[in-house]
Amino acid sequence: MTEMVYCYDGSFEGFLCCVFDSYANREVLTAICCDEDFIPALFASRSIPTDRDHAGRVYRRVVKCSPWAAELLRKGFLTCLPERELHLYHFIQKLLQDGPGFMGNLADPTLYPVIKAVRHLEGEAHLLKGFVRFSDLGGVLGGEIEPKNRVLPMLRGHFCARYLNEKFFLYDRTHHEALFYAAGKAVIRPLADFQMAPPDETEAAYRILWKRFYDTIAIKERYNPRCRMTNMPKRYWNTMTEFQGDSYFKAQSSPAAVSAPGAQAGIPAPGTLPAPGPSAPGSAP
Amino acid sequence: MDVLEKLTVLTDAAKYDAACTSSGGNRRAKQGYIGNTSTSLAGCCHTFSADGRCVTLLKVLMTNRCVYDCKYCVNRRSNETRRAAFTPEELADLTVNFYRRNYIEGLFLSSGVLRSPDYTTELMIRALRLLRETYRFNGYIHAKAIPGTAPELVEQLGFLADRLSVNIELPSETGLKVLAPDKTKRAILTPMRQIQIRNHQSREELVKYRHAPKFAPAGQSTQLIVGATADNDLRILRLTQGLYDRYHLKRVFYSAYVPTVEHALLPAKDVKPPLLREHRLYQADWLLRFYGFRAEELLDEEQPDFDPRVDPKCSWAIGHLSFFPVEVNTADYESLLRVPGVGVTSARRILAARRTGPLHIENLQKLGVVMKRAQYFLTASGKTANGLRFTPDSLLRSLIAAERPLLPQPPMEQLSLFHSAV
Repeated sequence: MTEMVYCYDGSFEGFLCCVFDSYANREVLTAICCDEDFIPALFASRSIPTDRDHAGRVYRRVVKCSPWAAELLRKGFLTCLPERELHLYHFIQKLLQDGPGFMGNLADPTLYPVIKAVRHLEGEAHLLKGFVRFSDLGGVLGGEIEPKNRVLPMLRGHFCARYLNEKFFLYDRTHHEALFYAAGKAVIRPLADFQMAPPDETEAAYRILWKRFYDTIAIKERYNPRCRMTNMPKRYWNTMTEFQGDSYFKAQSSPAAVSAPGAQAGIPAPGTLPAPGPSAPGSAP
Repeated sequence: MDVLEKLTVLTDAAKYDAACTSSGGNRRAKQGYIGNTSTSLAGCCHTFSADGRCVTLLKVLMTNRCVYDCKYCVNRRSNETRRAAFTPEELADLTVNFYRRNYIEGLFLSSGVLRSPDYTTELMIRALRLLRETYRFNGYIHAKAIPGTAPELVEQLGFLADRLSVNIELPSETGLKVLAPDKTKRAILTPMRQIQIRNHQSREELVKYRHAPKFAPAGQSTQLIVGATADNDLRILRLTQGLYDRYHLKRVFYSAYVPTVEHALLPAKDVKPPLLREHRLYQADWLLRFYGFRAEELLDEEQPDFDPRVDPKCSWAIGHLSFFPVEVNTADYESLLRVPGVGVTSARRILAARRTGPLHIENLQKLGVVMKRAQYFLTASGKTANGLRFTPDSLLRSLIAAERPLLPQPPMEQLSLFHSAV
């Protein structure tokens, strides 16, 4: 067995192909890295082409072993765990070696880091379900987040069901990708840079209303900033309406349309007016 | 008065209500409607206010005008305060627009009693109907049933809302007589029983007919004020237990009394709200609902109040040392739940993990057990944590020390160099 560094294209399928090829070539992986991050070093390396067939075979094998393991694998790939590919590679190795019984020992040194990272991902996704703030940009809802993990796939189902008849997008500042939804279809696409359009009169009015509600609902005699910070860490505050500065609440007379590059055809770019269609529920009595 | 001002007045008047949850609702997304609550079984907090309380719902009053004169309440008739009322349209518009921006999970609608309970409830029904039928709102709605409302109106309210609640407010009838002379125990318990029966019927109907309308599918809750009257913790906890047993309530909320008015029968205005006591009651409430404890086990006539220094479960464990240590590899679920530092989740994980092999003390932390408390009360494969020595006496001290950093600290005091200590 020779030791090897593998490079792949950064996709989940690509990663599964690395696992496949390590078995096919009888090589032990010391690192798995994305093509972009790869720095040539003294170690022997190999670039792995993505083959859906190979990826499918690995994935099906894991599902057969334990459906829960497959879930951990999928979610684990979205986490911000350092060297997550290597952790997941060891996780698959051990699973195939020991069989489904391996999943029972939650304190196992190979399994535990993956479970912990996935718990972190799920926790963050759960909090963001509430902490995401949308703005109405001429009929399209737009929001921004700054998560540590890649939570967009975890949020997709929730927000698509919630705004079934709306059009919306959600931009992930950390990973430079965005979730677009319109007419029952949702896609996640990379988006290099994005600037939110300033609010119009109505939007600014609702922001002010919300800020006022937020400030009023607190009971002065119970003031407890530590409790608030425990429940809602400060890193989320950046994108939340109630913690923005004054300029956030001022309307700009001409809503400068900022189009997002990379938006799919058929889905209106954020900030532009949508095509006239049946009005969304709730927009008119 | 514009909407911003109304919102300020009516939020300010509603903020003392503790309930703000969206749990228990199950509304799937529907074509043509806005909203869902099904994906978040445990509820979803949208923000936390400066006092650390979760904000899930738009919590406002329909109106803060009130014909009652309950001594403890900011909205009582005799209080000089600004009065306002939402129109159903304003309220529905605000709710839907907040919801679209993901500010809130739904609406919590309560109200002062305008003219009569029936009239007020009709107003609320009109607003909710507008929201559900015209705005096609499919989010969560929590509505207050006002004591003394006609059963037909409560019935209508229940079909529009996900959760109903009737506030008991004062834990004893004597307190009610003195502080809320317009309310009676009977008037409070009647709608509560009606909601319980109707909810049960609705569940049965749903089994028979798939599209039967749901009556308050997320059940009902109530609220008790802590610290306005002299009632002790045992009394409050017994009442809570009775409500869970006999009325099948989903939640009982406790609200530490914040003195807002000067009155001979109430605590003075400079008295701090009993936050720690409220916290201990919530902890005990969880023990009743999820851990299989009974009120009589936690408190008795000799010790009718909780020890503020340690949580109720630790308190119980110290009083029942013969029950411990619990062996994690063989103990049943109920015994595991009795160990301080082991919760519902970690107990389940222990059950799952020990199937593959014996557990060791080092593994337990990874399963989510809080070892700083649990280490005194359990063994794994017959062993306790390394180097652990304690006597029943030192046990209480160590538990208090472990808990102290979590409690509110007394304010720092600058010592003077020149002032001799008295």
